[in-house]
Amino acid sequence: MSGVSGRRRVADRVASVWMLGSVLCALVPLAFILGYVAYKGAGLISWTFLSQSEPFSFTERGGGFWNGIKGTLKLITVATLVSAPVGILAAVYLSEYGRGRFATAVRFVTDVMTGVPSIFVGVFIYSLIVLETGHFSAWSGALALAVLMLPIVTRGAEEVLKLVPRELREASLALGVPHWRTVFRIVLPTAASGLVTALMLAVARAAGETAPLLFTSFGNRFVTGWTDFNQPDSALPLLIFRDARSAYSTAQERAWAGALVLIALVLVLTIAARFIATRRSVRTV
Amino acid sequence: MAVDVRLDELSAWFGNHQAFADITFTVPERHVTAIIGPSGCGKSTLLRCINRMHEVVPRARHGGSVYLGREEIYGAHVDPVSVRRRVGMVFQRPNPFPTMSIYDNVAAGIKLNGVRHRKGELDGLVESSLQSAGLWNEVRNRLKKAAGDLSGGQQQRLCIAGAIAVEPQVLLMDAPASALDPQSTLRIEDLMAELKQQYTIVIVTHNMQQAARVADWTAFMTVLEEGEPGRLVEFDRTETIFTNPGNERTQAYVTGRFG
Repeated sequence: MSGVSGRRRVADRVASVWMLGSVLCALVPLAFILGYVAYKGAGLISWTFLSQSEPFSFTERGGGFWNGIKGTLKLITVATLVSAPVGILAAVYLSEYGRGRFATAVRFVTDVMTGVPSIFVGVFIYSLIVLETGHFSAWSGALALAVLMLPIVTRGAEEVLKLVPRELREASLALGVPHWRTVFRIVLPTAASGLVTALMLAVARAAGETAPLLFTSFGNRFVTGWTDFNQPDSALPLLIFRDARSAYSTAQERAWAGALVLIALVLVLTIAARFIATRRSVRTV
Repeated sequence: MAVDVRLDELSAWFGNHQAFADITFTVPERHVTAIIGPSGCGKSTLLRCINRMHEVVPRARHGGSVYLGREEIYGAHVDPVSVRRRVGMVFQRPNPFPTMSIYDNVAAGIKLNGVRHRKGELDGLVESSLQSAGLWNEVRNRLKKAAGDLSGGQQQRLCIAGAIAVEPQVLLMDAPASALDPQSTLRIEDLMAELKQQYTIVIVTHNMQQAARVADWTAFMTVLEEGEPGRLVEFDRTETIFTNPGNERTQAYVTGRFG
């Protein structure tokens, strides 16, 4: 274009290269991590690894992480069932009703909670539940994860609810629909897919947490029942943590494979949840 | 059952900013009344005071009274929700529920309010509302399609259908045609002429020709001095406002010399 001066063309070029470079800087470590985990872990992935518990010795080959996979699924299911309703309703309060000092205080506390080191949450649940009941248990681990997820769900959901256009709320209110009903029938369904994204961010965070499980869920060599939350239970991060520190290459290999399974698990859950949410968000009253 | 709407010393604020002050006039039942005036004179806010939508905005408040027939809508025991069921509203930008079907948009006021109904009854109501809004023939074969696929003019008529489906006594329209093309505008104007047989209609418009075409009565509001709240300058029959106004400001505005 002859009308554009040379300086502007150069500036445009520089800006484009800068942005592309930044994108690459952000993507390269991510691709490297995923690629390396896949490279190190893929070799051991098999039906045996996904369906059997670990062997009794670090040095033994074979066996798998089924106890950890099942444990992680159990823990995040319960943690989500606890944190999702509380977090989303807290977000509804903040975005729809929250005014004045109390709402500001709730927001502040939620932000502070997001920054609380996860090991501290573990200690908190440990002293509150494990010491009281006298034993480690899956449900104390699930509760620790729920506490971690709660502020992430709350603030994420609040941002999503704020994105629902005011016109939509007003359209409903002007029809003589009460505010609470407008929230449940219009605002929440409209925000459904965004809410699921916020929830899955929290799930992804919780699924990878190790510290809060160290002295709550503790770990378990045996596979526990789906509804058994009284025993200590294993979790993928716990197994990865322990086996990665092991001196034996057999255990280290299992840790890599476990890491790959954990990443895949979070990915599959996120995609599945998005799929369901987008299908459901286009629907009738 | 249409009723008249009486505004008595009505004022409205957003926080410390007063939008308009001390407005008193009576909107006659089963007529179209237009509120005209320059931007920022508070006419939309005035409209939103009539169905208590003004108070939805944070820090908004009002003074004075509004009567629907003989009932004061800001009375101590009046639920704003019940006021809004009796006073329907059509917004400037068409705002159908985008994820709902055409049918569900018309039925939304009834379904969302959890009113019990028989299937056939609701079908009939949806059809008659769409017919009143002049949209039935265009959408009768695609009632289950998403409302978002309709054109802007069709969406606005859909919103009108949704508003009249709950059988209000008064219909408020906030510049309902300002986002539409001339042809759709004309359709909405024709519609108003029909709807006024049954409903008391109050319309805010920036378009003076439109006010002259559709309104039986016209209220002219303006801001007398910068920073002042909007005030009612004149309320009279539309004919009088446009041909023989009693106030020189009205004259200046309707002849396009100001505002």
